[in-house]
Amino acid sequence: MIRNLDARSALLSLVILFSCLFVWHVTTYVPDAGPVGVVLTQEQQDTLLGKNMAAEDIEYYASQGVEFPQLDQIAGLGLSRDMIDMAGGIRALGISVPDENSAPAPGSLFPSPGQIGTELWATITDPFYVAGTNDMGYGIQLGYSLLRVVIGYALAAAVAIPLGFLIGMSPLAYKALDPFIQVLKPISPLAWMPIALFTIGDSELSSIFVIFICSLWPMLTNTAFGVASVRRDWINVARTHELGTLRTALSVILPAAAPTIITGMRISIGIAWLVIVAAEMLVGGTGIGYVVWNEWNGLRLDRMIVAILLIGVMGMLLDAAFARLQRAVSYVE
Amino acid sequence: MAKPFLSIEQLTQEFPDGAGGTLTVFEKATFGVEKGEFVCILGHSGCGKSTIMNILAGLAEPTSGVVKMDGYEVSGPSLDRGVVFQNYSLLPWLSALKNVTFGVRARYRDWSRAQVEEHARRYLAMVGLEGDVVHRKPAQLSGGMRQRVSIARAFANQPKLLLLDEPFGALDALTRGTIQEELIKVWSQTEQTVFMITHDIDEAILLADRILLMTNGPLARVAESVEITVPRPRNRTEIVEHPNYYAIRNHLVQFLGQRSKELAGQPADGTEHSPETVRIDKTEPSSQDDAEPAPAPTLRAVGD
Repeated sequence: MIRNLDARSALLSLVILFSCLFVWHVTTYVPDAGPVGVVLTQEQQDTLLGKNMAAEDIEYYASQGVEFPQLDQIAGLGLSRDMIDMAGGIRALGISVPDENSAPAPGSLFPSPGQIGTELWATITDPFYVAGTNDMGYGIQLGYSLLRVVIGYALAAAVAIPLGFLIGMSPLAYKALDPFIQVLKPISPLAWMPIALFTIGDSELSSIFVIFICSLWPMLTNTAFGVASVRRDWINVARTHELGTLRTALSVILPAAAPTIITGMRISIGIAWLVIVAAEMLVGGTGIGYVVWNEWNGLRLDRMIVAILLIGVMGMLLDAAFARLQRAVSYVE
Repeated sequence: MAKPFLSIEQLTQEFPDGAGGTLTVFEKATFGVEKGEFVCILGHSGCGKSTIMNILAGLAEPTSGVVKMDGYEVSGPSLDRGVVFQNYSLLPWLSALKNVTFGVRARYRDWSRAQVEEHARRYLAMVGLEGDVVHRKPAQLSGGMRQRVSIARAFANQPKLLLLDEPFGALDALTRGTIQEELIKVWSQTEQTVFMITHDIDEAILLADRILLMTNGPLARVAESVEITVPRPRNRTEIVEHPNYYAIRNHLVQFLGQRSKELAGQPADGTEHSPETVRIDKTEPSSQDDAEPAPAPTLRAVGD
């Protein structure tokens, strides 16, 4: 029955995926009509021919979308097509004509699934190329983002989990620190950015700091809550076995609170991954968030969408890792 | 008179009553438990049995009074006083075996891993848990099995005093019967001093050498100490045949049903409240005469 459910849900997922792709494809479909030709009137053709322009050249340039006034200019140059090409093309001669590659498609500017697929394939097959500071494989860019997240997150865990233990085990610490936590917690991580940039200066360290500060709170509050709500009976078991504070913390409180702590860590990694994209858009330089912004500025929507897809997949993988961890430490009372 | 192995002296417990005053649960309770003795304490809810238990375990502090074990004053929890909690208190992330080794390792810190496991397995086997079942987590065990693990954990630590807080309260009658018998078996093999809270009169008679009876709270006190004059080994089916069984049982029922109320709420008059010793024995010719009159209160023999 479960197998059956799995199979059915997978089938349904595929149906949804393909119908979405189909709708996307239909709305962005542009028939490949080649460059849009310009149709000249007999009178215009006669004018050009009268200026000694070859008939086949007129036909060629018109088929490339060059309008009559520009054709008239070309005719005025008195050069054949071969000579124009040798001079570097008509654009090099100061005549503005539409670019045959970037001619706007008459249907939609939005890339079709096919274009995304091609771009995605290119990314997957060569994720680590470096062709300049602004043109690196998305694998490398994802790596930069991931590195920042891991460093900021690890620092946050190193602070939040011991501090959460302290707060959870000591009512005094809880009461004393609670006001600070309550005020600092709701501040948007990006609001820390200017302070970080001003005090730390370095943009790299600033984005790590932002990750640190946004990962801190869910881990801290969840650890404190988990530790504080460990069943009294289990603490009593530790006490009647004469376990010291450290042994009690490690062998009773930690495993008892682990599911709650991991839940906090899972929330934190999710937030950290959300925030790194925004932070990299702000500070620029490297990282997948910067890539999205860069491709948007270059109007490469296809590449941008690939980057967005990769952000989603990476976030999913991070969450799945913590879900596994959560299963490993969970217990049934 | 020599001090008993475990001596509870002038124990008083007060709690705030929620209206600014104090509520005295029990006052100047004084009694003793001898080494190797199995003592049950019977009383209605709210008379402070669990509070006494927590004080003995060192998990709670009395308002005044002391508990002395082996001549030393008890303060804080100790491995010398093992506790079996009513709700088992097994660590749910550890298997049954690991729960027992957890205790054994805390007790015998210099033992090797193999030694610890061997010891734990032996005590688990004593309560009838052997084979693959010891690798199950508490959630995969029945209530009775969980309490067996809890008992094994407590006995494996070989404490000087074993405290059982209504260990069978949450179990069905059939399971309770078998585990009671296992408890007797383990106890007779280990010569452990046991102090146990219970609500169940038959259970108390089956298990105990002596039953302490508490009056109702507040201001509860340990009013009587009833000796169980039924010879061991006892067996739950044969015990009812013994002439003393119903005499003792009637006395206990009568106390809990009626006299615990009548005696309740008497404030301390400055003297300590030692329980009166009661001995009911229909088999001894000498006490036969005393035992003749029917109403229970007159059955009391002279206290010591």
